[in-house]
Amino acid sequence: MRLTCTVNGTTRTADDVWAGESLLYVLRERLGLPGSKNACEQGECGSCTVYLDGTAVCACLVAAGQAAGRDVRTVEGLAPEGELDPVQRAFLQTGAVQCGFCTPGLIVSVHDLLARVPHPSDPEIREALAGNLCRCTGYEKIMDAVRLAAAGGAGS
Amino acid sequence: MDFMTPPTWADALAIRAERPDAVPIAGGTDVMVELNFDRRRPGVLLDLTRIGDLTTWAMDGELLRVGAGVSYTRIIEELGDRLPGLAMAARTVGSPQIRNRGTLGGNLGSASPAGDGHPPLLASGAQVELASVRGTRLVPVAEFFTGPKRSVLAPDELIAAVWVRPADGPEQFSKIGTRNAMVIAVSSFSLALHPGRREVGTGIGSAAPTPRRATEAELFAAGQLPWDTLAALEPGVARRFGELVAAAASPIDDVRGTAAYRRHALAVLAQRTLTWAWRDLCG
Repeated sequence: MRLTCTVNGTTRTADDVWAGESLLYVLRERLGLPGSKNACEQGECGSCTVYLDGTAVCACLVAAGQAAGRDVRTVEGLAPEGELDPVQRAFLQTGAVQCGFCTPGLIVSVHDLLARVPHPSDPEIREALAGNLCRCTGYEKIMDAVRLAAAGGAGS
Repeated sequence: MDFMTPPTWADALAIRAERPDAVPIAGGTDVMVELNFDRRRPGVLLDLTRIGDLTTWAMDGELLRVGAGVSYTRIIEELGDRLPGLAMAARTVGSPQIRNRGTLGGNLGSASPAGDGHPPLLASGAQVELASVRGTRLVPVAEFFTGPKRSVLAPDELIAAVWVRPADGPEQFSKIGTRNAMVIAVSSFSLALHPGRREVGTGIGSAAPTPRRATEAELFAAGQLPWDTLAALEPGVARRFGELVAAAASPIDDVRGTAAYRRHALAVLAQRTLTWAWRDLCG
């Protein structure tokens, strides 16, 4: 089937999409947007977190057809081309990246958290990131990154 | 495989009747896992996310009608005051991303013995509205489940909504798992106090082939709680309540825990939730 949706502000079309395909597969393999990572394919790890109509979801659990006509925003679309979102800058400045595989999903989850709760407490941060797994055990630096982004210390 | 997106409920029911090989999908948090892992290849994926009626809730007389497509996040944010037990359970579901997509109707449709939404629906005596081109019927949640991942849902039926009376007393939910997030319950328990009619509702999760009530425990607590004096809960009553809840379960050993541990945990959860709820009632 043909799938048309808005991705990062642009209307995109993918052809020959299989009915059982995930939005994640469409983004990575058909639209050339590999920022959203494919790790667990069961909603456990959060590496594929994207916005669907403004709501943070696991792209691996959205059927491609469910995204038709919807607005998708991926980690690639958080800042204009060549720029970084303050959340991305905060991750860089605090060294909240080890292997980097979980980072895009975490960035989108933190972006979503700070949009809803601009100054989250530590328990609120931990709860908001409970669905994003980092297997390099880098959580403390990730917490630092969220606190820095929330404080506006990473620039705007 | 076909992907069909009915714009209305009537269209969805018509497809469901014509295509017995259709699998309904809403939030996709169960169905997409099966597709991603090659465990299921339905003839049709029946997308219910364009049907606006499914994602609404409203009071109808004395009952709340919660559309099957209402997400856990919305249950927490919009219904936490009316359905506190269900909202507590919803907070323990998966992660924010999962709660944003997962729905109460999907939880019922999957009919897992471990479904987090089931114990509070049992405790509050909810009913499930099932619809087909043949008509609509209401099934008490306690009669909905028939076995692990099996229910009375007919091949041509879809889950339309849940009907439930808003809480008329304290409600509690408690769940055992290896961490707070992203956990399938080892066992769970939900309790609802109905001081107006001096009744107690219960729901056991993940400790029997289906979610189930602990009927003897309900009758025991209803008869023993000091409704008139609102005196402090006697430890012996809470303990006996826990024993009766544990006795109502028929758990198995599996990767998440042993039957013996599940029974023990249930007794503890039941005692705690009764203690908390009684304290809530007595102020």
